[in-house]
Amino acid sequence: MATFNLDINGKKQTLDVDPKTPLLWVLREHLKLVGTKYGCGIAQCGACTVHFEGNAVRSCSLPVSAAANKKITTIEGLSENGDHPVQKAWLEHDVAQCGYCQTGQIMSATALLNKNANPTDEQIEAAMSGNICRCGTYVRIREAILSASSKK
Amino acid sequence: MEKINTSFSRRSFLKSSVLASGGLMISFSGLSKYMPEDNIKPINLADEWNELTGYIKITSDNIIKILNPNPEFGQNVMTSLPMIVAEELDVDWKKVVVEMGPHDNVKLGPQFTGGSNSVRMYWKPLREAGAAARQMLREAAAQTWHVPMDEVTTKAGMLYHEKSGKSGTYGDFATLAAAIPIPKGVTLKDIKSFNVVGNSSKNVEGLKIVTGKPLFALDHDYEGMLIAMIEHPPAFGKKLKSFDASEALKMPGIKDVFSLKLYEDGYEQTGFDTRTFNDLLVVVGNTTWEVMNARKKLKVTWEPTSDTKEVIGGFRGKTEVIIPAGLESTSSHLEKMTEYAKKPAQQLRKDGDPETAFANAAQILERTYTAPFLAHNCMEPMNYFAHVTDEKALLIGPHQAPGWIEPTLAKILNLPPDKIEIQMTRMGGGFGLRAYGHYLTEAALISRKVKAPVKLVYSREDDMTYGIYRPMYTATYRAALDANKNIIAFHVKGGGIPEHPVHANRFPAGAIDNYLAEGWAIPSNITIGAFRAPRSNFNAAAEQSFLDELAEMVGKDPIEFRLELLKRAKENPVGKNNDYDADRYVGVLNLLKEKSGWNNPENKKYSRGVAAYFCHNSYAAHVVDIVKKDGQPYVERVFSVVDCGVVINPDAAVNMVQGAVVDGIGNAFYGGLTHKDGASEQNNFNRYRMIRYKEAPKKIDVSFVKNDVDPTGLGEPPFPPVFAAVANALYKNTGKRFYDQPFGKFIELNRQRM
Ligand code: FES
Ligand code: FES
Repeated sequence: MATFNLDINGKKQTLDVDPKTPLLWVLREHLKLVGTKYGCGIAQCGACTVHFEGNAVRSCSLPVSAAANKKITTIEGLSENGDHPVQKAWLEHDVAQCGYCQTGQIMSATALLNKNANPTDEQIEAAMSGNICRCGTYVRIREAILSASSKK
Repeated sequence: MEKINTSFSRRSFLKSSVLASGGLMISFSGLSKYMPEDNIKPINLADEWNELTGYIKITSDNIIKILNPNPEFGQNVMTSLPMIVAEELDVDWKKVVVEMGPHDNVKLGPQFTGGSNSVRMYWKPLREAGAAARQMLREAAAQTWHVPMDEVTTKAGMLYHEKSGKSGTYGDFATLAAAIPIPKGVTLKDIKSFNVVGNSSKNVEGLKIVTGKPLFALDHDYEGMLIAMIEHPPAFGKKLKSFDASEALKMPGIKDVFSLKLYEDGYEQTGFDTRTFNDLLVVVGNTTWEVMNARKKLKVTWEPTSDTKEVIGGFRGKTEVIIPAGLESTSSHLEKMTEYAKKPAQQLRKDGDPETAFANAAQILERTYTAPFLAHNCMEPMNYFAHVTDEKALLIGPHQAPGWIEPTLAKILNLPPDKIEIQMTRMGGGFGLRAYGHYLTEAALISRKVKAPVKLVYSREDDMTYGIYRPMYTATYRAALDANKNIIAFHVKGGGIPEHPVHANRFPAGAIDNYLAEGWAIPSNITIGAFRAPRSNFNAAAEQSFLDELAEMVGKDPIEFRLELLKRAKENPVGKNNDYDADRYVGVLNLLKEKSGWNNPENKKYSRGVAAYFCHNSYAAHVVDIVKKDGQPYVERVFSVVDCGVVINPDAAVNMVQGAVVDGIGNAFYGGLTHKDGASEQNNFNRYRMIRYKEAPKKIDVSFVKNDVDPTGLGEPPFPPVFAAVANALYKNTGKRFYDQPFGKFIELNRQRM
């Protein structure tokens, strides 16, 4: 066990936990921020995507020790009321089916758009291909990203 | 830190949702949408609901709540089923509160998600419930106003008496209406006058989804809850012999390690009690991560199983099945399938004299198709919450058929069904797998054993290697042609591990004079289960690829070729029990021709493949357009046409078809689970390839045939024909026919050779 200073969604907190614990499980089980999902545990599905200093990372494969003192944003920190432009675009295109993958998809899309307001198809492909959607909502994910990008 | 607990009783939940207003909605079955939010008064909500039929509740303040009866796994019934009620009730959809109903098969019907049945089976009951409640409200207003009920009209949640100028809200009359007996016969609206059904509505849980609210059981927390995981054998054909848990027990957060028997010897299973492993090695601890770590410290000895007899009850009576011992491999599966394909098989249907026709044929086309086991890979792995005591059981989680698992739980826990409460959570996918309830029973037994609330969690690896797969299939299709290239006979002989896929009465049965369908099966200890359009998902792939090749052989356009066969099936059908409607089949193909610009020369730049299929009472057809991207065939766009009768929520229906298309392309190119010495060779997404964003089409154009037919299935029908449309387009693109799924393997090989 060790003590870590965490900066999650702008909230600073201290946590005593095994340093090897993946950030995913710290978020879900210690901090009860369950919008970040478990899908594979091996950085293959993107369900656990969060922002690490503004970059999309797979929290299942990031030990909490590496997250200490870094700015972490989860879906809960993206907006107060679900009114971030990317979330709004997701609602406008009614993207979700089961919905399980969508918070991870939104976090990947937001990280991309924050850096690049008008990404090309190839750039979207590169940013989004780490997120699996078992329900196959990719066509709508694309539409939502395109409409969020043009609004910026 | 504040601990978040979900309250289970409605009363306390409503309290907590009000307390949390503006913040986190901490609920499982919570209000999904409330409009206008500000009008909900915290004080009296809990007690003031007047129940008008099991599905509808109205407060005196005119808040109208509709319960969704059916499990939600992404098919969007949370939205579409309440829409049906709202239509007949005549309320403003925007003001309706939607809530997941409790598990109650008496009040809320069959509550089963599968077989593309949700809308089909609830269409009438929900319309009747809405219409009955509307009539009760009119009756209540008529009594109050002393006017005949016939003169009371409704509009968007209001009651009017035109002559006297009186009016009131539904809420004004809800208390009185709730006391009026539910009318026996009610008049339903004319479909043409619908204004909720047939207009696209957004997913009522959309906001919760995009904000990451705890919608899924895996997100659920409960006071004193422990986490349990099961270490199952590393291979089919193995079972637990002994274990040493001393190291695991020393790991932080670990409470207990024990073994548990799921079913007692001789337990008579139902068709959905399928389980792969019976002796469970269970690790229980405080958190998922700690339990995952402790599992690595287990020292386990596994031993081979022997042939086991299972008794399975069902609608057709009891059957005994022998589950063979042995460690099976894909290579030996393929060899065995080739061998069995040559043996005599069970005749499923015969028309005319196919043997003679084949003997006299001028030409014969014969092709064999294969497909691998598929894992469902629901995005949310299997999990279930259970709190079981000697007196009662509370179970909360994702399951497609709570009404089927309840009798099993009652038997195994030895509790009366009314002491078992099952709550349905939104599922992170299902695809058929969650119709099987082994993980509920496991969770329940574990909770009882550790005397605590427990959440059983499957890791992705546990989930993928557990079994209950789409079976491995093969089929050989043969067609006999006369000298004029007329088809004089057709033969399908299909088999699989451990069941055959053949639907003997499906097209092209009924369109060819001499027809033979046969099936065979090879027993296996690899368990199987329903997977999006069971059997159809293979048949369509094989049959529709074969018809494409056959059309080419006789020199006809593949759509015209099918239309000719369907014309025959309609005008002069062969045999009995043809289970499709030729007109509706023709309808989707004709509309597809139009929508896809089938004969438009501009589209020649695409490698186009077409396929159509009928299942779950609906008709679906696709044109898949392939181009080369980075030297590889890529499905750039797809045109889809579906006839599923009346469409409830068009945009959501389009989403469902688009998803089915992506699912079909993904499985056609990449899907497949293989085995070596009983062990699955894929246990996570690094080796089990799933379709990803860059491989999905840019555009999937979906159209529905417009008619007034009562709704038929939608979740499954568009899926099966995708495989063949892909194979047929790949042929155009590569010059090579694809017979063995997943096709991607062979494309890669080609590239290496080039
Ligand atoms: S759970 Fe982290 S990528 Fe899948
Ligand atoms: S919406 Fe179900 S996995 Fe993406």
